[in-house]
Amino acid sequence: MSGKAAGKVTGLQISPWNLVLLVPLLMLVTPWFNVDKPRFLGMPFFYWFQFVWVIVGVISVAIVYVMTKGKPVVKGKPDRLGDELDEGEVR
Amino acid sequence: MTTSTVLAQAPGSGLQWTELSIFIVLFLLVSVMGFVASRWKAAESLDHLDEWGLGGRKFGAWITWFLVGGDLYTAYTFVAVPALVFGAGALGFYALPYTVVLYPIVFLPALRMWSVSRSRGYVTPADFVRGRYGSPTLALLIAITGIVATMPYIALQLVGLEAVLRTMGLNGSGIAGHLPLLIAFLVLALYTYQSGLRAPALIAFVKDGLIYVVILVAVFYLPSKLGGWSHIFDVSQEKLQTPDPKTGNPSGSILLTANNQLQYITLALGSALALFLYPHSLTGVLASRGRKVIKRNMIALPAYSFLLGLLALLGYVALTAGVKPITNAATGNADSNTVVPVLFDTQFPSWFAGIAFAAIGIGALVPAAIMSIAAANLWTRNIYKEYLKKDATPGQEAKQAKLASLVVKFGAVAFILFIDPQFSIDLQLIGGVLILQTLPAVAIALYTRWFHRWGLIAGWVVGMAWGVIMLYGIPNPKTGKAHFGGSALALEKLSIFGWHPFSGSAIQIYPGFVALVANLVVAVVVTVIARSLKIFNGTDDTEGTDYHADEHDKDLRAIGAPH
Repeated sequence: MSGKAAGKVTGLQISPWNLVLLVPLLMLVTPWFNVDKPRFLGMPFFYWFQFVWVIVGVISVAIVYVMTKGKPVVKGKPDRLGDELDEGEVR
Repeated sequence: MTTSTVLAQAPGSGLQWTELSIFIVLFLLVSVMGFVASRWKAAESLDHLDEWGLGGRKFGAWITWFLVGGDLYTAYTFVAVPALVFGAGALGFYALPYTVVLYPIVFLPALRMWSVSRSRGYVTPADFVRGRYGSPTLALLIAITGIVATMPYIALQLVGLEAVLRTMGLNGSGIAGHLPLLIAFLVLALYTYQSGLRAPALIAFVKDGLIYVVILVAVFYLPSKLGGWSHIFDVSQEKLQTPDPKTGNPSGSILLTANNQLQYITLALGSALALFLYPHSLTGVLASRGRKVIKRNMIALPAYSFLLGLLALLGYVALTAGVKPITNAATGNADSNTVVPVLFDTQFPSWFAGIAFAAIGIGALVPAAIMSIAAANLWTRNIYKEYLKKDATPGQEAKQAKLASLVVKFGAVAFILFIDPQFSIDLQLIGGVLILQTLPAVAIALYTRWFHRWGLIAGWVVGMAWGVIMLYGIPNPKTGKAHFGGSALALEKLSIFGWHPFSGSAIQIYPGFVALVANLVVAVVVTVIARSLKIFNGTDDTEGTDYHADEHDKDLRAIGAPH
């Protein structure tokens, strides 16, 4: 374990940015937007407001993607484990 | 009965030649694509589940987007969601929050699942559970749940396909009436057998393209024809508020009521938690090339959510257009799942209706193929290899899975031919509740091994049993069904061994969610007991680094390596 894990990520990777993923869950609080007026393009607030949340969801996930990018995985660095490819792992 | 209603509204009677010709041309096109797909980015041999069942685990961002989109947003969804809005109003719009909260929730666990599966060569969620807990029994339970939940889902794709075929006039009676469906499915079965996951991946491009065109045209063209969205919502509200002659109550409202808000929330959240537990959803994830592909897709897939939301609104368009759902000859009840096909048939020129029907028809083929592959993988990896032929080679596994995919598909056809389609709909409803019960063993286990395997098994049993009991007890006054009448449980009916904690409350909740809570409580209690008795908790094959493996890691397991 210790040898194999050298230079690699193990365990939980906790980034505070991951908390942004909780923002879209606010959409589940229906009393906030369960009203007819104001309408937009003829659609009651209940409907167009939830369409707006599609964008909120996308932005939230995109923020987490960009902010945690590159952190967990070691890439493009010289392979410190040597060249013996651990293929197969016959089990 | 079924025919006369449609044809009376159709531009002509008998076969709809324009619609049918367009449908056949597009169907032939995707069939050719399905067969050719076996050579698309192919490895030397397809005789390994990594190749046949996961397309070589090398799909990039675009292919994954089309594949997973084509997989999750099925023909049945496209038919059933507007039907729910048509019948109940705002509640049916739960499909939008469902698919919005879905991606933030699964973003991180899906990455861990991909990594551990990639580095250990897992093909199914049950493979992971087997490796994580060293328990073939727990893996078997997960595999069976997956197969049972997927089978009726495949059958429902057929319901969607057949609805379209019959609307176009291919509406014979008896077994001969099912012949077009049989032919379509035989072709599907053959190219899935030959090409594996590559077939639906390639066809998904056509399917999703057509669906986008059809829905966008529908949501812009139809409202302008019918007097605008404002008018549509007002007319819908009026119609939904008109008391139903059978129940004496309004059938719905364009806003949520005091009683169905909790149902809306728990249904959206419960469905979001359940979706990536379905084996076919995971198949799409595991087929991707790396973590980055999955991350990008979690950002881009909500484009389909937008579409689904717009599509849900077609339920109101159908209400305003005065669409009458076709009466199902078998049950004598109006089949509200026909509202969208009928809407297209009556409102669009026939050439465009043909394209729309092809979109729904092909939209049924893609998920049906992926689902049958996922079910076949489960059978092969977790039942055949585990119990029947322990020394099966990768080649024998692939062969077995190909055969299983045929069995699964024809099982689904038999469902449609010999059993009332309503039964498939009931089973699919149950399936969603059942698959949610695998959440502790599959999703939570990605993060922690705190739960004891006996705790997980006990929780599964309780969640399953109680979930089905609750669904059994839900009547539907509108159709006169006494059992399995829907997915809204009034809190006053909630009974814990005869104790009614919320008696007198008419607030509704999604039973799958209640069952999951019970599942977790039992799993925690049994885990605490098992741990204090120091009962062996199985061996964990996985290591911490497995959950972060990525495509360019030097010591990554080779694709197609023996398991």
